[in-house]
Amino acid sequence: MNRPACLRLGLAFVVALASAHLPAAPPTQRAVILATTTSTQDSGLLDELVPLFEKQTGYAVKTIAVGSGQAIAMGKRGEADVLLVHSPEAEKALVADGAGINRRIVMHNDFVLVGPAADPAGVAKHTAQESFQRIAHSKAIFLSRGDNSGTHAQELKIWKAAGIPLEGQSWYQQTGLGMGQTLAIAAEKKAYTLSDRGTYLALRKKLGLPILHEGDPSLRNVYHVIEVNPARFPKVNEPGARAFADFLVSKAVQQRIKEFGIALYGSPLFFPDAGTPDAGSQH
Amino acid sequence: MELIWEGLRKALELLLRLDPEVLGITLLSLKVSGIATLLSVALGLGLAVLVALNDFPGKRLVIALMNTGMGLPPVVVGLFVTVLLWRNGPFGFLGILYTPAAIILAQSVIATPIIAGLGLAALQHLPPGLRLQILSLGATRSQMVWLLLKEARLPLLAAVMAGFGGVISEVGASIMVGGNLKGSTRVLTTATVMETSRGNFEIAFALSFILLVLAFTVNALLTHLQQRSGRR
Repeated sequence: MNRPACLRLGLAFVVALASAHLPAAPPTQRAVILATTTSTQDSGLLDELVPLFEKQTGYAVKTIAVGSGQAIAMGKRGEADVLLVHSPEAEKALVADGAGINRRIVMHNDFVLVGPAADPAGVAKHTAQESFQRIAHSKAIFLSRGDNSGTHAQELKIWKAAGIPLEGQSWYQQTGLGMGQTLAIAAEKKAYTLSDRGTYLALRKKLGLPILHEGDPSLRNVYHVIEVNPARFPKVNEPGARAFADFLVSKAVQQRIKEFGIALYGSPLFFPDAGTPDAGSQH
Repeated sequence: MELIWEGLRKALELLLRLDPEVLGITLLSLKVSGIATLLSVALGLGLAVLVALNDFPGKRLVIALMNTGMGLPPVVVGLFVTVLLWRNGPFGFLGILYTPAAIILAQSVIATPIIAGLGLAALQHLPPGLRLQILSLGATRSQMVWLLLKEARLPLLAAVMAGFGGVISEVGASIMVGGNLKGSTRVLTTATVMETSRGNFEIAFALSFILLVLAFTVNALLTHLQQRSGRR
């Protein structure tokens, strides 16, 4: 047998074995691929909402939790059905490009600037922009996600507004990791970092990194749901994506979002926004 | 440090009360990596035998490629397999991305060169005259191959263990092609990554301990087989 034939046989064998021994994948029409950010999964919100949606509708959601950058890239290629993301600029580009449709606001929380309790750069009681300038001037270590996530995009926007060039700065370090891991590293290195409030609250007890700055309007973190355009990508599960997006902005689910996390963390992690004027679009 | 003890305690607790989710994840890891190893044994040993018993131009290049394949980074394999399996990609019609079958496929790509490379070395290490000796005693070609494999069983089982060890412990490919879907493609390594990023370090440690116990059990069984047959 020649080698290509071997490979083909091998592949067929893999598929046959897998389908014989393992639970079969739900039929394509039932499966909805949700590409989303790590914060919605790491905070536990999707663990609560997705089973509810599956029970109500019979769809099976495949949650692929990556950074907003990767989630939007998957939408751009038609490799996801629906996106739940927080990177307004990139989202608008996706919709303008025609790959995403029906962008609707779901909820928000906010970003917080956290850092060592001693606050060597003295950022407390300043605006977000001034805080970033102070970090740069004191050369205190700042940890960036550096992964094209929504948080990373937000952080870059503030640096730009603050007029700080980041190229080759030794105090500006990129982890390339998710929020939870970046926070853990910041705690170890006693560094400053920008975090979404949800992930921060979920990890707060283990970190020992206080919030040094919060509440600035430029730190608003808005989540939108976007359906991937079925007219461009015929394989998109259009009804499934629509059902999930409708579900997220429905009254009952918005109420669940409002209450989520109160029992566990003492304060809500997300604030429902469906139907409100879209603050995220103003940026 | 107390996190590690806490993790060990948690691992015992999860195992003793047969936590259904952890049990499911553990069994899936075993099943996926077990099937991938079996496939890789079939493909890898086949390839090793083909290369060991035949002389052809470019043989050294093929061997060098096989040896390079032993170090294939799982994340690179994951990236390739993901793009090939994308629903708009060349193998999208299979519809297996984000299913256990995709993980098996990716892990087979990782383990096959490991088993092929170490298997080839094992076969080449046999005394050169052995092949002629067996054939001169009137053995058919397939009988000869079987006898050679039997003769090299000690290093061959070591190759199988290396292959299994490579795939049960990898996370880069599994998380990309499987998607770490709860109840469907979440295996021990991807669950550990997720719990770490959630800051649930004691659960992450617990899952790590379970993974180590699983790897030890499988390797202990294979080692038993290897040493028993070695004494005969």
